Amino acid sequence: MAIDTNTLKYLDNVPGPFYVFELPVRVWHWLHALSISTLIITGYLISSPPPSLHGEASTHFVFGYIRMIHFIAGMVFTVGLLVRFYWAFVGNYHARELFVIPVWRKDFWTGMLHELKYYAFLTRKSSKFVGHNPLAQIAMFFTNVLLGLFMICTGLALYSQGTGAGSWADRMFGWVFIIEPSSQTVRMWHLFGMWIFLTFVIIHIYMAIREDLYSRQNGVGCIISGFRRYRDDGPMGPQ
Amino acid sequence: MHAQETFYDVMRSHGITRRSFVKFCTLTAAGLGLGHEFAGKIAHALETKPRTPVIWLHGLECTCCTESFIRSGNPLVGDVVLSMLSLDYDDTLMAAAGHQAEEILEQTIEKYDGQYILACEGNPPLNEDGMYCIQGGKPFIEKLRHMADHCKAIIAWGSCASWGCVQAAKPNPTQAVPIHKVIHDKPIIKVPGCPPIAEVMTGVITYMLAFERMPALDRQGRPKMFYGQRLHDKCYRRPHFDAGQFVEKFDDEGARRGYCLYKVGCKGPTTYNACSSIEWNGGLSWPVKSGHGCLGCAEDDFWDKGSFYSPVSDLGVTGNVEHTANKVGGVIAGAAAIGVAAHAAGTVVAKATSKKPTATAEEEIR
Repeated sequence: MAIDTNTLKYLDNVPGPFYVFELPVRVWHWLHALSISTLIITGYLISSPPPSLHGEASTHFVFGYIRMIHFIAGMVFTVGLLVRFYWAFVGNYHARELFVIPVWRKDFWTGMLHELKYYAFLTRKSSKFVGHNPLAQIAMFFTNVLLGLFMICTGLALYSQGTGAGSWADRMFGWVFIIEPSSQTVRMWHLFGMWIFLTFVIIHIYMAIREDLYSRQNGVGCIISGFRRYRDDGPMGPQ
Repeated sequence: MHAQETFYDVMRSHGITRRSFVKFCTLTAAGLGLGHEFAGKIAHALETKPRTPVIWLHGLECTCCTESFIRSGNPLVGDVVLSMLSLDYDDTLMAAAGHQAEEILEQTIEKYDGQYILACEGNPPLNEDGMYCIQGGKPFIEKLRHMADHCKAIIAWGSCASWGCVQAAKPNPTQAVPIHKVIHDKPIIKVPGCPPIAEVMTGVITYMLAFERMPALDRQGRPKMFYGQRLHDKCYRRPHFDAGQFVEKFDDEGARRGYCLYKVGCKGPTTYNACSSIEWNGGLSWPVKSGHGCLGCAEDDFWDKGSFYSPVSDLGVTGNVEHTANKVGGVIAGAAAIGVAAHAAGTVVAKATSKKPTATAEEEIR
């Protein structure tokens, strides 16, 4: 059933629970979390390799494996985002929240303002949401869609340096080097993107746990079971 | 008569034997990655085709490209190609000077309008109407534009002409810019490097003279045959890179064992050039072979990236060369972690202070 957060906003007595995150979205979320964690760890190690192992070069492949794991995790990340994009077309209303920001809706901005006040401790009142709150939604869009695409494009462009001129990666992502001819600079921006992802992960996990502990609805549980549950039967709007 | 002169004629008149000439053709074919049957084609072309003049201009530069060129590892190559070039115009190498030298430019335009190759070493500064580089009483930019108007194609020698190089480093007071930023209507072939490898230079120019066309270029306008791969792809220390064996300091055991120089800043993994295959000074050595990392001198912006001795370079945003991706990113992520901890503490305090009134309110309702 298509649930529009807008229509539910100020209605009384909506006890839920609502089925928000369908199975493919949940599977994608956790696979994405795993691939991002792997990418952050291996990515940092590529920028700052672990201490050398001595002995014959032929007996080790440490850095090779680190890079290989990074590439595999990168492919999982890329394909995952593509499948997730597909699911936005066939999934439920909330499957589109990641890609479509309702900037044209007034209540999106009033909701955003309220969330900002709420997190700045300027108000004690909190709202109930079916999917994401406006602040979370815009953070999801910027990191998972925009930054995700940036990391995919720069990552695969750098990958094309290894696969060589004329390879699929070069033909599809070589244009990155037209925008920025220095591949070292592209590497550094890719590395910087990793830190933004890490920043997102820190805040995202905190917000999700905080939601479980202090808000009027569930947080982490929602992306495990897929159901949004509420602690009170009150209205969706701030109270 | 002059117009029918071939390269071969010029070479012979400079005392180069036929044997040397054929050797040169064979070496060049090999250097260009062509099959051995092309040696004959190159020889035939140079024997029969009328000579294409080359004008070699110098803008803001250090002349290291010319220095590299005349020290071509194989003296034969240098001699032969120099014979093709120096006859026309190269203000560093030619005998003529002053007005006689400048006249050659006008004569070349008259005789070979739209046929000559313009090789440019260095770049034009644009600030103060180009007064930072004056040649023959005029700003170099005017000379470059004038010669470019009538040429067939441009070879941008070295990192100066290709990318801007040291004189374009921040804050670039003379506003030096690479050739492709000022000349838009002629094909430009970039031969970057500071300097480029001599054999790469002779290879590129011979290809253009012999086949009368541009070699295949990559997306950034560099000849694929020499800039198609990174140093890293053919580096003899690559097995140590994959094994995770790195030089940590220049005097450690790893340095003595010849481990990979990535951790001490080698830019081989992001630098496109032929150093690891052609090497320098006739295959004598190249930076990595001598135990020092690649500086990435053939890459755009290599001069503005902070330390040459770290694999993580400057982001180029804050202007501070110490502000690398890991440092700036680390501060942002660290600030987020501290912010989250502070916010969590704030939440606990807010909850504690609001608990009582809420409880009494609920009791009142009940």
